[in-house]
Amino acid sequence: MTTAEKYVTAAYCAVFAIVLVYVVIIALKLTRLEREVDELAKGIEKEPAREERERTLVG
Amino acid sequence: MSLQAAQLRQVGRSYRIPLPGVAALALGLVTLALALVFFVVPNDANQGFSQRIFYFHVSIAFTAYACFIAGAWKALVHLWKRDPLADLESYVAVHQGLIFGSLVLITGSIWAKISWGHWWLWSEDQLVLFLVLFLFYAAYFMLRFSVDPGPQRANLSAVYALFGVVLIPVSFLAIRIAKNFIHPVVFTRHGPNFGGWILVAYCVSQVAMLVLAYALYRVELAGKRLDERLRGLREALA
Repeated sequence: MTTAEKYVTAAYCAVFAIVLVYVVIIALKLTRLEREVDELAKGIEKEPAREERERTLVG
Repeated sequence: MSLQAAQLRQVGRSYRIPLPGVAALALGLVTLALALVFFVVPNDANQGFSQRIFYFHVSIAFTAYACFIAGAWKALVHLWKRDPLADLESYVAVHQGLIFGSLVLITGSIWAKISWGHWWLWSEDQLVLFLVLFLFYAAYFMLRFSVDPGPQRANLSAVYALFGVVLIPVSFLAIRIAKNFIHPVVFTRHGPNFGGWILVAYCVSQVAMLVLAYALYRVELAGKRLDERLRGLREALA
């Protein structure tokens, strides 16, 4: 591999490495958002059960 | 919850092309550009193989300018219509511009090393002005995150993004007004200094980088909006 080829490879690798790092950061963020949505969904599921229990106790 | 945040959670923007379509188009165009650059375009008579950095370096530079201009436009829309989504769009566009700006500096330095024998030349107006533009927009994030979320932060960020756009023509024209330069000029008043496959490869690379930036912009914007909506749901449930 000549010196010019090495530099061209380095330039293109830098472009793709940075874009890849960016995509990984976005993917991690989306994973966190997915987890938060699951937690919220669980919270919503528990909410009617608690209301039902409270109504039974009052009744 | 601020009124602005509440509006942001409710207001959406519909796009003609769905995000997977934009991402697939970006992938296809980048692949085509790479195929043209490495398998079709002949070696440059003066610089030889190393000139192949040009196709992505110049396209990325124009894409960074386009992102900063888009950020300024959205900032203007925010100041004009007080649209909170426009503030978020302006922020994401400036963020994309900064990512592409860092790529310009990295690929430019690599190209400078092989062509001029130096990673960086402080005597070159074009390089220094691009660095000034890059640092100016880097400071945008320092300003934005030093103010609490709300209308004040959105307004300050918008004004700053609008001021920054003035540096773009200065950076672009610096190479043309400078008397002593070694940075090559590829676009003159009479059109580009190249033709044939070089022009085709450059045009494809330029479109590929613009579509890639747009795809990344849409992905980041979707994530930011989802984050805002989730925060709103959490507050409603608490």
